[in-house]
Formats: sequence, C-alpha cells, structure tokens
Amino acid sequence: MSSNLLNATIGELQKLLESGKVSSVELNQQFVDHIEKHNSEVNAFIFVDKDFILEQAKASDERRSSSSLLSSLDGIPIAIKNNIAIEDQRLTCGSHILENFVSPYDATVTTRLKQQGMVLYSGLNMDEFAMGSTTESSYFGATSNPWNTERSPGGSSGGSSASVAARFVPVSLGSDTGGSIRQPGAFCGVYGLKPTYGQVSRYGLVAFASSLDQIGPLSHSVEDCAKVLDIIAGHDERDSSSYPTLDINYLQEIQNLEDYRPRIGIPKEYFAHDIDPEAAKAIDAVIDFYKTKGCEVKDITLPNTDLALSTYYIIATAEASSNLARFDGIRYTHRSGEAKNIMDTYFMSRGEGFGEEVTRRVILGTFALSSGYHDAYYSKAQKVRTLIRRDFETAFEDIDLVLTPTAPTPAFKKGENADDPLMVYLNDIFTIPVNLAGLPGLSVPCGFTQTGLPLSYQLIAPYFKEEHLLKTAKLFEDAHDYHNQHPQF
Amino acid sequence: MSEEPTLDIDYVAQLARISLTEEEKARYAKQLSKVLGYFQELAAVDTEGVEPTAHANPIFDVMREDVAVDGLPQERALMNAPKQLDGEVVVPKVIE
Repeated sequence: MSSNLLNATIGELQKLLESGKVSSVELNQQFVDHIEKHNSEVNAFIFVDKDFILEQAKASDERRSSSSLLSSLDGIPIAIKNNIAIEDQRLTCGSHILENFVSPYDATVTTRLKQQGMVLYSGLNMDEFAMGSTTESSYFGATSNPWNTERSPGGSSGGSSASVAARFVPVSLGSDTGGSIRQPGAFCGVYGLKPTYGQVSRYGLVAFASSLDQIGPLSHSVEDCAKVLDIIAGHDERDSSSYPTLDINYLQEIQNLEDYRPRIGIPKEYFAHDIDPEAAKAIDAVIDFYKTKGCEVKDITLPNTDLALSTYYIIATAEASSNLARFDGIRYTHRSGEAKNIMDTYFMSRGEGFGEEVTRRVILGTFALSSGYHDAYYSKAQKVRTLIRRDFETAFEDIDLVLTPTAPTPAFKKGENADDPLMVYLNDIFTIPVNLAGLPGLSVPCGFTQTGLPLSYQLIAPYFKEEHLLKTAKLFEDAHDYHNQHPQF
Repeated sequence: MSEEPTLDIDYVAQLARISLTEEEKARYAKQLSKVLGYFQELAAVDTEGVEPTAHANPIFDVMREDVAVDGLPQERALMNAPKQLDGEVVVPKVIE
C-alpha cells in the first residue's frame, strides 16, 4: 500500500475495498497512523479513540467476508465534529465545562452513518460551542491550518476542515451556524456544504443557535459531498424543524452535466467590500469560467446584505444564551469544587467552565433578551432577518444560484485580532446571510495565493436546491485540479 | 436603540449566572460596548409592518403518532452527573 491511499476520494477507497486489495482494518490503520504521526502539528483531533475506530473497521471486514455489507460505503472513514453525539464517546464541544462528558446516545446523523457501515472517527476540534471563526477558542488548544501551521484553519469547524486537508480522513462532518462549515472549508482548500435549514436533522447536535444551525459534510470532491448528503439528509421526527424527505439522489444528479448551464447571479453588495486582491482575482476567473461555459451570469442586488452581521450576532447570541443555560454545574457538566451553595454552583461552574468567547456571547445574548432591550435588539433583528430572506427570494425569481467569495481573505494568521472580537465578526459577512435566510451554501476550492494559501468561492441556492450547488461546483471541478492538491505531510 | 446603549455588566452577568473577575468585567464591558455600538445601524432600518422571522423557512404544528418510546435508562441519564447517590443527582443544600 502506498501513501496515495490517503489522497484517495471516497470513490477510490470504495474500489480498493471492493477489489479486496485492502481490508477496512488496513485502510483505517493507515489513516490512524497518519493521524498519530501528524496530529500534534495540526491539532485537528482533540482525542483519537483508535480502538473504537479499528473495532468498527473489523466489523466491516466481517460483514464483507460474510457478504452482508450494509452499503457501498461500508468500511469508509468519516470524522465527526465534537459537538455531534456518538454513543459512549466524549462530546466536549471544545469546552472545559463538557471536558469529561460522554454521550449516552447517538445523534441522528451518527445513526445514519452507522447504518451505512461507515467507520466513525470522533473528537474533531472546534471553537468552543462552535462560537468562533478560527478554532482558537477551543479549550483543547487551537487547530492549525495544514497548508501553513502559522495560520488558522478557519472555524468553528476547523478540526473538520484541517482533518480533511491533512488527509487524516477522506471526509468529515461539521456544523454551520454563520459559516462554520464553508469558511473553514475555504481556508483549508476543501469543499464545505451547509444544507438548507431543515434538510439534515439537528437531533444530537449540541445547540448553539437553533434557528441557524445545520450539519453538513467537508470533502475533497463534489462527489464525496453528494454521497454524504444522500445519507444524512431526510426527515427525522425527533427534530421538529426537520422537513419531509425529498425524492432526490444527489450522486445521480451530478452524473450528467452536458446540458446543465445554470443562471448565476453576482450580488454587487458582496463585491463592494474589501476583498483580498488575490481572492478577488480568483473569483473573477471563476466567473469568467462559467461565462465561457455558456452560463448566463448577471448582476443582482441583495440590498440588506450589510445588515446581516448585526442581525446575526443579536439572534445567534440570544439563542445561545438560552441554549447554554442547560450547562449549570448540576446534572452532567463540570461542577466547581469551590462552590458551597447552589447559587455558587451555577455561577462558579459556568464561570470556570466557559471560555472567553462563549462568556462574551452569552453576556451579549442575555443583554439582547433582557427587559427593556428585547424589542430594540432581538425583535428588531428578527424583522431585519425577514428583509434579508426576502432579498434572496426576490433574486431567485430569475436566477438559479448566487456566486460570492466565501470569505474576504485567505486564512488568518493565528492570534490576529485576538483582542478585538468585532474585527473577527466582520469577516463572517459573506457566509452569515445564508444562515439567516436558511438557504443551502457550498464553498468551492478555486486556487491558491502566491504564498500557497487556498482560495474559495461560495455558491448559494434556493431552498432545498442543493443539486444546483453540487452540479455547478462539479462543472468547475471537472475543468480544474485545485481539489487534488494537498499540503505536504 | 437610538441612544448609545450602556451594558451593565454586573447586572447582565447576574442574569446569565456567570461569575466574572473584575478584570474580565472591565474587558468584556469595553469589547461589548464596541459591538453594541456597531449594532446601532439596525435602529435606522424601517421595519414598519415587517413580520419577524423566528425560524428560516418555517414549518408549524409538527405532529407525530402518539406512540410510547423508551427514554434513557436511569443509569445512562446519570452517567455524567458530577455527584450522585442512590440514582439521584446530589446538589448543595438548596433550603437553609
């Protein structure tokens, strides 16, 4: 076996397993060896449970030898962000307050992946409770970008993006509340898909902002993204915001693109922002590509774009302050050893257990919901959210997709703007409107800076039109080689 | 929201049930007042007659069949409790 097994897509790994040239145990052992050798440089995993991984691989090999495979993906590795529950695995959310928490049950997405026989890798690093854009707020230390370890992998799903870029796993799951799949995907040169709100069950995803959160895949190829989406999408009665299952197979959808020429809208408000010159140039080349392909490309307007940031940070922190009330030091979290009475138990366990960014956001959200400020902040933001949603609905009347940069710059230096949260928040401007509107979005690798940092563009589609994202990205992928390039490890 | 808001950090931290050091209070108050200053832009937006969006793409009144399903067994529900005794979570004395 050669090291290029690590570079393989899911499809190539499936062929290797089918041919019998390699067993699932051998295949997963290679990924585990690679993680053990290099995770200290990247810190993509908070912990690696080797026994858990290899037991699943062994069970897959046994199914293969008895011709009782669960699916064509049986035995293929996938890593899971550590805010998605896997039974009897630690579920830390990157936080001290859940440092020793072990999940008593599986998330719905976890159940679905297990039903396919996929081999789950737990413990992917993340910003604490998914609050951040750099994966530096993890209690377990920052994750580094595999392309340049002085740089951030993005966040909050930085472990999910770095693990795929470093080829620790071929594919991973992240969660996206304001860009937390797409932006780290962009920073690490991999695909990152945020499905439509309601497309993937949130049951077993530790809630950050419940009206915005969605689970989705990060991968090396459009096809891999489609394969994972086919598994995790669909109705779940345990999530009351879950939608009826659509009659669609995304892998089938991307097979024949000969006559597929989507109408693409370019929103002028996004391009009025300061965009890194190399990133802007790469986006121009992408737009030219689609024009050359024969796609109709037109300028559009999304007039309320600039209000998205304030709207998002009010709504997301308000929801977070409510969701994180459950971490109280009483039932299943860290409990302060200093606390002498019940009030101290709440105050000190939370004070000790939450890191700086989480504390800041819980305070901000509590303020936005507090008596006297609720109408001016929370209610106002909910109304502006309606305006932002309507912008997209109007735009989609005569286009199939919106194309934007994923982020204004390539990967940040670690520690940049550490004392100025507002500066960090401002970088989320291109990804946030998608969550507020509940739309699906995909970040697509489209080149590198001269210093070798990945560049990316974002596609946004109407509700439940993920096939447009995947097909449009595939048109680009078929003509380029960026997704096949890997950092040196 | 037209006036620059002041965030009373002691009061809000009390509501949020989080203990903060004096240094943290000063730092967060300063950082968050800058963030709140930025949020002022929303005050000028005309939202007269606009319905609020609570959920993107909302669905309502979701029902399922009224079928009994097993919950978590007691030992599983208690497996992460910081202190437990006889199948219950132990907490500091609540009533003096």
